[in-house]
Amino acid sequence: MSTILEVEALSKEFPVRRGLLQRQRGSVRAVDRVSLRLEEGECFALVGESGSGKTTLARSIIRLVEPSSGSVRFRGRELLELSPRELRRQRRDFQMIFQDPYGSLNPRMTVRKIVAEPIEVHRLIPRAEIPGRLRELLGLVGMPEDALDRYPHEFSGGQRQRIGIARALATEPSLLLADEPVSALDVSVQAQIINLLVDLQRRLGLTLLLIAHDLAVVEQIADRVAVMYLGRLVEVGNASEIFARPRHPYTVSLLSAVPVPDPTSGRQRILLPGEPPSPMDPPSGCAFHPRCPIVRQRCSTDEPALEERAGWPVGCHYPDEMSAPLIG
Amino acid sequence: MPDALLAVDGLSVAFPGAGGDVEVVRRLSFSVAPGEFVGLVGESGCGKSITALALLRLVPEPGRITAGRILLEGEDLLELAEPEMRRVRGRRIGMIFQEPMSALNPVLSVGFQIAEAVRVHHAVSRREAREEAVRLLDLVAIAAPRQRLKDYPHQLSGGQRQRVMIAIALAAKPDLVIADEPTTALDVTVQAQILELLEGLRQQLGLAVLLITHDLAVVAETCDRVVVMYAGQGVEEAPVEPLFAAPAHPYTRGLLAAVPTLGGAARGGDLPAIPGQVPEPASLPAGCAFHPRCADVMDECRQRQPEIYRVAERQTARCFLYEGPRPEASGS
Repeated sequence: MSTILEVEALSKEFPVRRGLLQRQRGSVRAVDRVSLRLEEGECFALVGESGSGKTTLARSIIRLVEPSSGSVRFRGRELLELSPRELRRQRRDFQMIFQDPYGSLNPRMTVRKIVAEPIEVHRLIPRAEIPGRLRELLGLVGMPEDALDRYPHEFSGGQRQRIGIARALATEPSLLLADEPVSALDVSVQAQIINLLVDLQRRLGLTLLLIAHDLAVVEQIADRVAVMYLGRLVEVGNASEIFARPRHPYTVSLLSAVPVPDPTSGRQRILLPGEPPSPMDPPSGCAFHPRCPIVRQRCSTDEPALEERAGWPVGCHYPDEMSAPLIG
Repeated sequence: MPDALLAVDGLSVAFPGAGGDVEVVRRLSFSVAPGEFVGLVGESGCGKSITALALLRLVPEPGRITAGRILLEGEDLLELAEPEMRRVRGRRIGMIFQEPMSALNPVLSVGFQIAEAVRVHHAVSRREAREEAVRLLDLVAIAAPRQRLKDYPHQLSGGQRQRVMIAIALAAKPDLVIADEPTTALDVTVQAQILELLEGLRQQLGLAVLLITHDLAVVAETCDRVVVMYAGQGVEEAPVEPLFAAPAHPYTRGLLAAVPTLGGAARGGDLPAIPGQVPEPASLPAGCAFHPRCADVMDECRQRQPEIYRVAERQTARCFLYEGPRPEASGS
């Protein structure tokens, strides 16, 4: 397996402006020195609660927001040094699928125009070949050909998400960023889209960077998982291993909080006190320490590094001390 | 059901459409016993939220209730004059919404809003109302409740706002609370806290809750009984254990199979999805509304609409699979 994407110490800070003159009064670090590596053809999931920085991280990686520092290498090429023109050209290799299939498709454009646009922008194939390519793309996502001359509002949420996927695939990208691709969909349709993504990933050899808050969905699709808390990665590893034996107390608690559709499971939830802190005012030491069930003195002063500890990287001074809840 | 706190009987709600009335809730019947947690589950557009509003007679114009009865302790709410109905809302039936930020008034302190809810329903002094607000905040497990009285909604986190909403819903000591997707907007660790709180309130106050949700896992963890809705109708009703262990209606079965589950068997694209889409209320298929998506479809499903049939003790389903020698259930 070869590496497709290498992220090193990536940070994104947003200025905080206050008062009448909107003077900058400090900054919020939404993404804090994140390093990760994606291999060709894998599905890598970023999980975390709202405000954890997972969306900002994904957008910084492809420079939809400009990172403040760090490095992103796509197949060895440093993305942060590309000129706007070079970046535009490179963008055909990484496309994005959004959560809201209502907001991300232009309501005044037919499906034909929506899906053809990236092909025309990047001048990928001769004009005459576009209709055939469009039929092929619609086939890939399981939409009928007669959808081409209709408008987004004529379709249901799941169908619109298929159209969004067809558009993302139009440039034959090798990396697909999917930001909460199924969280706006109903359960019965959600399963269709999950299956479609997995199928496409396998058939086209795509690398998938999945951003999701629903851990049950992540377990379905992901090969590897990175758990985020307040802008930092706290645990990174194989999905099956992390779900079976989470090591960071936050991962353990997060997994235990997921409701299970089985009234007889008799599972014990670990109830974390409080709510995720604001990145405006991050706690000292380990960011998780005010909510951590196994917090010690040291946690409020020393920030733990994300270190490989007998298995996979965990950012905790006391990994493995909380036992995994009974799952399934 | 004589001992029901709330009994809904044949409720229909319609909105005027281009080709006449469009029914979004169709002859829905169910009941909630005192102290019982009942889940009303379904996907978007199934009519569950309109049902919640209809129970309080708050269906937005130009929609209206076209048939049925809503019996609260035996009294039909649809017969009440509007001033009497106002005493039911809040006082006898509390309401919790999905998005507390839009349900709370942003320019009034939370202490004022809770005290106001107390004073609307009970003749007490301002000071007594404020003391009651402190007690309610404590009841919903907000730390340092007296200090929080002066806070405005934007100063609170999402979970704390939902706790304030619950405190307001409890201000008049209702017997029944309708909670419409109360944890959907919350993070999973905060959702766990709120579900724990509701469970605690049930034990402490004997509160009955009608939980309206799309999330079957939340239902499994909190409810005693479930009503599954599809295309405006109740299609299955059962206590949670049989519903999750042996779902009867093909829609319920499909829905349960399609939910990704932590530690579940299916993985990597093998999730059994339900084919097709939820139908629009204005263009429902003939016969059973679920038949175009149903794995067990039979000829008669395309021709006539199924009634509610008895599946087992306390379990009913609106499906021809259960028609026949079994005695027909009353629908509740």
